[in-house]
Amino acid sequence: MTHGSRKTPIIRMYHVYKLYDSKSALSDISLEIEENEFLFVTGASGAGKTTLLKLLYFGESATNGQVIIDGVNLLRIPKHQIPFLRRKFGIIFQDYKLIPSKTVFENLALVLEAAGHKRKFVEKKVKSVLRIVGLEEKQGALPPSLSGGEQQRIAIARAVIGDPKIILADEPTGNLDSGSAEIIFDLLNRFHKDGSTIILATHDPELIHSINGRKIVLDKGQLISDHKIKEA
Amino acid sequence: MIRHFEKAVADIAANTFLNSITVITIAFSILIVSAFGLLMLNMSDFLNIWKSGIRVMVYLKENCNEQNRLKLEKAIRSVPGVSDLKWISKTEGLSRLKEQMKNQPSFLADLKDNPLPDAFEISLDPSHQHPDPISRIAAIVQKMERVDEVEYGQAWLGRFAGIIGLLQMAGYAFGGLFFMAGVFIVANTIRLVLYSKRDEIEIMRLIGATDGFISAPFFIQGSIQGAAGGLLGTGLLYLVFSFISLKVKGYEIVGPVSIRFFSPEILFGIIGSGVLAGLMGCYFSLRQFLKY
Ligand SMILES: Nc1ncnc2c1ncn2[C@@H]1O[C@H](COP(=O)(O)OP(=O)(O)O)[C@@H](O)[C@H]1O
Ligand SMILES: [Mg+2]
Repeated sequence: MTHGSRKTPIIRMYHVYKLYDSKSALSDISLEIEENEFLFVTGASGAGKTTLLKLLYFGESATNGQVIIDGVNLLRIPKHQIPFLRRKFGIIFQDYKLIPSKTVFENLALVLEAAGHKRKFVEKKVKSVLRIVGLEEKQGALPPSLSGGEQQRIAIARAVIGDPKIILADEPTGNLDSGSAEIIFDLLNRFHKDGSTIILATHDPELIHSINGRKIVLDKGQLISDHKIKEA
Repeated sequence: MIRHFEKAVADIAANTFLNSITVITIAFSILIVSAFGLLMLNMSDFLNIWKSGIRVMVYLKENCNEQNRLKLEKAIRSVPGVSDLKWISKTEGLSRLKEQMKNQPSFLADLKDNPLPDAFEISLDPSHQHPDPISRIAAIVQKMERVDEVEYGQAWLGRFAGIIGLLQMAGYAFGGLFFMAGVFIVANTIRLVLYSKRDEIEIMRLIGATDGFISAPFFIQGSIQGAAGGLLGTGLLYLVFSFISLKVKGYEIVGPVSIRFFSPEILFGIIGSGVLAGLMGCYFSLRQFLKY
């Protein structure tokens, strides 16, 4: 565990506020996240979990305060740097955000193509990631023809295919049966063991068990608790 | 690059109807403008041929002796714009006339006296082969001693040149207008495609695609549309041209003059302007859509 070491945290937030119009979604959040942490962001629906994740990858910009990712202060990030910021993240969206008109293969390949990788490499990498999530045989399928659990696994495959430093997962098991949720969770654990920093937002307390991690609780946009999880 | 090209081609294939409409519209714009340009080109060809044939004839009064003639010759030579001067005696004039009319010899055979005057034939500098300088030179020569009459090119030549000038201006204006129409139509097509792909583009941005990566297939698509429109438009024009030039060859009225098509350089330029219109249309749509 790198938690507690003197290394600069990969994510730093200082006195961050987020207003939508004049409605507060997050207020005065200060938070440091070390490399290779497994952080649960919990809280009731509407507490601000999704908003917090969005501020990290610049899906939204903070109304006030500092967000610093891997040494880059998002307050001063030039527009053309945003794609490079986003490549540090692998994001598993609550609604998957797979492109329905493209095959599974194309959806995954897009991440690597956008990063300028060669075709040979792309093909190899897509195959290997599909193998990890156990959906090799689905590479020619279109996302709408897959089950929710399968789509979520494809979403995970896409999140990790670019070897990101940080994986963000927004309610990754929210809409799934417990069997599928188990598979998803095992996958995230595996990426964590391989060295990724994982930030998982969930309103489901059931999910947080048997893991060495850290849990923060949001309530109406405020950070009300932050502690280590003891192994069960 | 190959990847972007494949995407562009796939996009065009996916939207055959929209893309055909775009290409056809560009083709017709180009057809109209380049047909106009081709007409200009050939009209100014004719004009140039006529111009190079412009001679100013100076007919002398009777009984002009050698000395007076040399004096006059010197005076005419000193007029600016006169490049050469040729003496045509009445005898020579008659034999020229006979040569020209050898099909109707009887007409001249009956002549007892030579009715023709002595004359000078003035050639002009190319820079003076325009209506204004010609009439100026003619007026100067007319006032000289021993000059009976000055005769020069067709008065309509001036009007013709003027009309060509006007048409040329209109041509540029038309060209500009149709170019903008091309930009507009491509911009519109691309805007529709962008709109139908807005979710896909949003996802691409979220996974770290740059605006350049997102835009490249659209620029390729726009240039393919522009190039296809250009090829189709000039191709159609060539068909029309071939048909007309066959007809023209039938009539030998134009003598050595023949009509011609655009040179490869100009064709290249026309198709290039189609591509440019395509790229500009893309640029405007993408700039608005991606806000870069
Ligand atoms: N795009 C938005 N525009 C306006 N209000 C928003 C927007 N996104 C979220 N909110 C509001 O911000 C608050 C936090 O939302 P969110 O971060 O999605 O919560 P959570 O993910 O914890 O359910 C909610 O009150 C929500 O209604
Ligand atoms: Mg949420």
